[in-house]
Amino acid sequence: MFPVETRELTKRYGRLVAVDRVSLTVRPGEVYGFLGPNGAGKTTTLRMLLGLVRPSGGTVQLFGKQIGQSMDDVGALIEGPAFYPYLSGRENLRVLARYAGCPDRRVEIALDLVDLSDRGGDRYGTYSLGMKQRLGVAAALLKDPRLLILDEPTNGLDPAGVADMRRLIRRLGASGKTVLLSSHMLGEVQQICDRVGVVSGGRLVAESTVAELRGGARLRVVADPVDQAAARARALLGEDRVRIEDGALVLDAEAGKAAWINAELVGAGIDVSELGVRERELEDVFLELTNVG
Amino acid sequence: MLGSTRAEITKLVRRPASWLLLAVAVVLSLTFTYLVPYAGANGTAGGAPSAGRGIAQTLPDQLVGNSIGGFPVFAGAILLILGVLAVGGEYGWGTWKTLLAQGPSRLAVYGAKVAAVALASLAIVLALFAAGAVTSAAIAAAEGAPAHWPPAADLLAGIGAGWLMATMWAGLGVVLAVALRGVALPIGLGLVWLMAVQNLLSAIAAPLLDWVAALQRWLPGPNAGSLAASLGATPTPRGGDAGRGRARAGRDGRVPDPLRRHRRPAAEPPRHRVERM
Repeated sequence: MFPVETRELTKRYGRLVAVDRVSLTVRPGEVYGFLGPNGAGKTTTLRMLLGLVRPSGGTVQLFGKQIGQSMDDVGALIEGPAFYPYLSGRENLRVLARYAGCPDRRVEIALDLVDLSDRGGDRYGTYSLGMKQRLGVAAALLKDPRLLILDEPTNGLDPAGVADMRRLIRRLGASGKTVLLSSHMLGEVQQICDRVGVVSGGRLVAESTVAELRGGARLRVVADPVDQAAARARALLGEDRVRIEDGALVLDAEAGKAAWINAELVGAGIDVSELGVRERELEDVFLELTNVG
Repeated sequence: MLGSTRAEITKLVRRPASWLLLAVAVVLSLTFTYLVPYAGANGTAGGAPSAGRGIAQTLPDQLVGNSIGGFPVFAGAILLILGVLAVGGEYGWGTWKTLLAQGPSRLAVYGAKVAAVALASLAIVLALFAAGAVTSAAIAAAEGAPAHWPPAADLLAGIGAGWLMATMWAGLGVVLAVALRGVALPIGLGLVWLMAVQNLLSAIAAPLLDWVAALQRWLPGPNAGSLAASLGATPTPRGGDAGRGRARAGRDGRVPDPLRRHRRPAAEPPRHRVERM
């Protein structure tokens, strides 16, 4: 029984297919990154998970139950925080606690979890964006949910705010909560997520661990003449494992082969001036998968 | 839904705009129902024929009519704004998703909003009655006039009628806010209806067109006006054209205007009229 499981989830707006047969699975206790460029269908998907948007097709199950039956286990922050500006942070949470039917003491716990206890009495309208986002997470935590759905929680935050939010999400993940986090910021996903789903044009184009997605390490070789070096490398490794990027060779080969490749190239009369192991950034994978690059 | 209703009441009570609306309703009501007539009566030369009558209108025995006299128009407008604010704000602040994400059903939230707005309407009606009672008692004391309070049954009927009109206008505000998904447009259009269209219909269209006159039977303004008039509300400047057209009954014992085409030309006491509606 997975915290989130969708099958062929689809949303059409007229002729526009916003979400196209997305089947994703979030496992218990993991921090899952839902990754994609703006307009890829991330928020629409998350809204369908919460029952805020009716799917055109497919199914959603949260903890094995249909939408609407399992909302007590789910807390969410969708498309940025939105609260009543005339109420204080604490009063906002009290009001929401009443809608949620949870006791008032959860308000203090939630404020404490996001480090807002000190400023809880101030009017929401006076909060910085970072504080607003944290209050949004606090609202999502009111029901002490097993699953937390956070839509772009670091959007618009300054670096300190991003770091705070990252720490908070890590802490929540470590405390055993399942977190589904959407983002177009790869750095944050790479740093805090166990697994990622990449969505592009409404389709889920990849779903795996960050490590798997990044694939093995690569070797970067700066050699002269580069054409001869490339030809030699192709002969050694195979046609499709050699590319030239920015005047350097990029080889799909593990680090252990570096010395051997170096010796081969030098033996062929090629000057090797630089040889290093390069890990693939998630960004590269992301751009490849979403066809932006 | 109980929790949602408590949440809605908290939001209304904590919102400065609610208190501003209440204050405006009380100030307008006192100004035009008591202070202006009282000042006018006192400022008139001793022998002016209307002087005594002006003060008589402000004494405690007129409390019911005086307290609900504003609901056909200006107090109705304030309640309409309250209804729009209670619902429309959720669109403006984007807070619908915040509260629905907490898990209450949409029906429960809408129900809670209507319940909270109805309670707020009752609070405003009670505030107008209380403020009116204090003011009229003060005038009676100052003038040495006897303070004859209306019987409890009349008082209850008046409060009930006031609540009915108040909730009706606030409900219209709620409906407009949901239909137009916001605050500014629903308030604007609601007030255009309440202040202008309604008057045009009763003053210009109804006398010319039978079907408009028939329609008047079902429109909120004329019905509120008739109800208020039947309980003794008197015309004051606050009523504007519509108020004068409708709420004349209390003073001269004749029925209000808008429904006249569908009534025998008899001049009946207004109470009977309402029962027949």
